Amino acid sequence: MHVFNWRVFFEELPGGGEQYWQLIVSGVGWTLAVSAVAWVVALVLGSFIGTIRTTDRPWMVHLGNSWVEFFRNVPLLVQMFLWYFVIPEFIPPLKAWIVSTDPANAQFVSAVLCLGLFTSARIAEQVRAGIQSLPRGQRLAGMALGLTQPQVYRYVLLPMGFRIIIPPLTSETMNLIKNSSIALTIGLAELTFRAREMGEYTFNFFEAFTAATVIYLVIAMTANRLMAVIERRAAVPGYIAGGGK
Amino acid sequence: MHLDFGVVARSLPFLWQGFEYTVQLTAIAGLGGLVFGTLLALARLSSLRWLSNAAAAYVNLMRSIPLVLVIFWFFFLMPQVFQTLTGAERPVQIGAERTAIITFIMFEAAYFCEIMRAGIQSIPKGQVYSAYALGLTYGQAMRLIILPQAFRNMIPVLLTQTIILFQDTSLVYVISATDFVGAASKIAQRDGRLIEMYLFVAAVYFVLCYTLSYMVKRLQKKIAVIR
Repeated sequence: MHVFNWRVFFEELPGGGEQYWQLIVSGVGWTLAVSAVAWVVALVLGSFIGTIRTTDRPWMVHLGNSWVEFFRNVPLLVQMFLWYFVIPEFIPPLKAWIVSTDPANAQFVSAVLCLGLFTSARIAEQVRAGIQSLPRGQRLAGMALGLTQPQVYRYVLLPMGFRIIIPPLTSETMNLIKNSSIALTIGLAELTFRAREMGEYTFNFFEAFTAATVIYLVIAMTANRLMAVIERRAAVPGYIAGGGK
Repeated sequence: MHLDFGVVARSLPFLWQGFEYTVQLTAIAGLGGLVFGTLLALARLSSLRWLSNAAAAYVNLMRSIPLVLVIFWFFFLMPQVFQTLTGAERPVQIGAERTAIITFIMFEAAYFCEIMRAGIQSIPKGQVYSAYALGLTYGQAMRLIILPQAFRNMIPVLLTQTIILFQDTSLVYVISATDFVGAASKIAQRDGRLIEMYLFVAAVYFVLCYTLSYMVKRLQKKIAVIR
């Protein structure tokens, strides 16, 4: 039977200087950094795409639908390859930057764009559903008050819609953090990458993977709590259940 | 930049092999995941505390960590598990392809469990009571009354999950299994034709998944009336 050796985290890497726990911590840093930036990209783009899908302009609705269908129907791994290997070839300035910069920067930017746009399609779907779940009277009342269409969205529909979609948005945030591990396929040294690397150096795969698993669980639970706090703070009194929780 | 899609045509037989493995993996993992997932759902809904807690712990663990990490876990653990089972002297290597099949069955079971649990809970309580009133045992009530209805109500969701599974199987790339993406990436790297290969792969996945999810949507509309 395997003998556990948890002290392996305090051993030094072959190169010297750093210890293995520092390797894991740097991996956590990349996971959180990629997820956080991609989340902002996804929320901004997703809100925009989701919103235009509920307007009365057919071309906007079609544009939004195509966006969602494209990102939903290609595996994330393939999208990652497209962003890292394919798209820069069609944009010479981007290609020039990738060749000249530190590979970690190029991997980071590709991963953020890939995860951000992929998640934006999923958030767009939720934003659309959130807005469409509002009673028709809300939009009509806004228009009756003389608000323009952008104003109706800004002051009436979006503030309510966003509150409704906080729970699905929470699970999407956790999906994003989990999906960020796919960035290891383009060489980004995030948590899963580092855990496997540590396993390969020390043959203590069990310890390394256990550490990664526990860290992912902690991150997921923290994100969950954080969103629950936001949900409570944002609840409209007497309107949506969850305010009372 | 000079694009040469001839590389795709030249490597079609190899790509087809990879694609066959992808379909095979999706089918086996889908069916296996459905069977284990249904058992897990029954365990989660069981009145035995320890059983429902164990099932819930398994499902939550699987759903909280990235699939890539799950694949690495199984790739590392499988040889040791088989060593213990068979009493061999050293860890038994079963290869990336077979490891992937076991991994995906176990991983998908957690997701199918949640779908089947929702399906079972959507059946009115009266159905259960009348089954027991007729003298059916738990096993008979589940097999003959509850599960067929739960399954039928959940068909669109189960199919959607299978489309997601079809896309997710591409991640066996990380243990160098030769699925569709794995085959394409091997050719791409050998011939230095990454752009053509990855564009082709993306197009194939898009056309297939778009068509399949469109069909699921139509089916959903069709069977929604029956209820």
